[in-house]
Amino acid sequence: MEPFARLRGVAVPLLEDDVNTDQIAPVGNGHKIDQDYAEILFMRRRRLDNGALDPEFPFNKPQFARPSILVAGRNFGCGSSRESAVWAFMAVGVRCIVARVFADIYRENCLQNGVLPITLPEADAARFEQRVVATDGGADFEVDLVAQKITAPSGDVFNFDFPAADRLRLLEGLDDIGLTLKHADEIAAHEKRVAGQSPWQQRADIARYEQE
Amino acid sequence: MAATLIDKIWDAHVVARRVDGRDLVYIDRHVLHELHAPHAFRKLAAANRAVRRPDLTFSALDHTAPSRPGRTDRDADGKVIELIAAMREGSRRNGVRVFDLGDDEHGISHVVAPEIGMVLPGSTHAVPDSHACTVGGLGALAFGCGTTELEHILATQVIAMLKPKRMRIRLDGVIGSWAAGKDIALKIIAEIGVAGGRGHFIEFAGNAARALPIEGRLTLCNLAIEMGSRTGLIAPDDATIQWIAGRPWAPRGAMWDRAVEQWKDLYSDDDAIFDKEIVIDCGALEPQITWGTDPAQAFAIGGRVPDPADAPADRRAALERAIAYMGLTPGAPIEGLDVHRVFIGSCTNARLPDLEIAASIVRGRKVAPGVHALVVPGSGKVRRDAEAKGLDKVFRDAGFVWGEAACSMCAGSNGDRGEKGERILSTTNRNFENRQGAGARTHLVGPALAAAAAVTGKITDVRKLVAGGA
Repeated sequence: MEPFARLRGVAVPLLEDDVNTDQIAPVGNGHKIDQDYAEILFMRRRRLDNGALDPEFPFNKPQFARPSILVAGRNFGCGSSRESAVWAFMAVGVRCIVARVFADIYRENCLQNGVLPITLPEADAARFEQRVVATDGGADFEVDLVAQKITAPSGDVFNFDFPAADRLRLLEGLDDIGLTLKHADEIAAHEKRVAGQSPWQQRADIARYEQE
Repeated sequence: MAATLIDKIWDAHVVARRVDGRDLVYIDRHVLHELHAPHAFRKLAAANRAVRRPDLTFSALDHTAPSRPGRTDRDADGKVIELIAAMREGSRRNGVRVFDLGDDEHGISHVVAPEIGMVLPGSTHAVPDSHACTVGGLGALAFGCGTTELEHILATQVIAMLKPKRMRIRLDGVIGSWAAGKDIALKIIAEIGVAGGRGHFIEFAGNAARALPIEGRLTLCNLAIEMGSRTGLIAPDDATIQWIAGRPWAPRGAMWDRAVEQWKDLYSDDDAIFDKEIVIDCGALEPQITWGTDPAQAFAIGGRVPDPADAPADRRAALERAIAYMGLTPGAPIEGLDVHRVFIGSCTNARLPDLEIAASIVRGRKVAPGVHALVVPGSGKVRRDAEAKGLDKVFRDAGFVWGEAACSMCAGSNGDRGEKGERILSTTNRNFENRQGAGARTHLVGPALAAAAAVTGKITDVRKLVAGGA
């Protein structure tokens, strides 16, 4: 995973609640392994009933053609666990999402991809959102995970909390599987213990094994 | 020390705590599906890593499998569907058994895993799908996950998580006639909202949960994710144990007795502390239906579309948007609206009792003119069992299409979709905009209301239909 320390760029506002992953990354039929994730981002939301691009939809506006930061509402990323809903944002350059509240699986999927999920203190969130709307892509915001702050173009600083464990992993870009495999012996010991205590948990088709 | 059931299962599966503070929770069974697993197989190969426990890992083909009668694994061009081919190849390379089309174990993973006896109380289960929580109905702790987590579990057989908070939802009372697990779930979501369970695992308790047959408990737990919770479960009891006994993969003989003895400890201690407790009165609960574009926008079948003018200012725009998308009139009743499509299926409501309830209404009636009605059993076994009872004939005689097991119209990823502007009564789990087809209007219901709509062509209170003999 690519380490994350600081990020400077355009912040795009999508100040709606309950934006679900079906909206962010629709699943079409004829689904392929290799998708153009930038193409599927808000594939339907981007368009009007007549099929034309909706000029009012933030991701269609020229000033947000290459956003780095997404600013969203409550329960962002609810619904399906599809990770393509994170990859689609990454494909257009987003590396940080600031939301009032994240859906649990979505937040995890962000962390797994080195996309920084930030929730500002409730007291500051509205003021930050106003700054983002007022800036309208005209100047850069800076996100600093080391100092745990976002600096608006106006110079206003917004501090945020971030779990120490996730922060370390993002800052160092640690390989998640590598970290876990340091515990390979403990995993093996668990398997051995359970195989004795509750053999059915360690053998999937136990009825068949019993007959053998 | 007093512990909740969630803690008991979690703690028994924690292998170690990682340097970053995450617990490594052992996964007893891992079921993959073809929409996401091919990516993970590819990443695993690129990193030169192997599947640690192929014998505890299984591959379902459900999201993109065709459901039309007489289906094959081919697309319209006669080629094997790409993700199905990739799933078979990745599974073979890694020594993972595929539940292929036509196998006894084929079907939607969340339906198949319980019915073959793969899921046992007190065990952990992971699927790269948010409805993994379904199997919590048997007292298992299930994790829906993304593709990177899936790759992690393949390589290590553990998931790395911080322990979430615990919530208990006590469901009191005796539900009314023609209401079932789905209606209880929609009632909960309407009360606590689509983010009400966020950050928590949920234990469902109380008379109304306990009174549900196992299939109804699977339906209730299936919808935990629509409450915002990554998982939900119900403590196993005698009904659970009887339901599992004799299933093909379940332990037998002395091993079964030993397992049952251990499962007796699977309950929340009387003085266990939950981070949040909610009580919901389900007394005389009526059949529920969603009117809007998220599952919390639900009410009893006699309900009226809300008027945005009565809503708090910050909710008004969202209500207006939902009402416009759904083609509704504020203040008008939901009953009586024309229905164009009915779908009975999915991991939520496509087990045998669901089809039996629907068939009991359809029997002797016809699908209304202009309605496209589709039944897709949740698994090959459900389909075979239903056919043994003659249910396929009931549905086909009435004018339903009797499909082959797959996820089908739930998310439309196999091409089964509604058209723009069509009103769909669907026994699935998400009524999001465009999910069942661009511009399609989904109302979530249980199988009884779905069947009633199919035969009347309108949103219909099933209780009036059966009373009036319409």
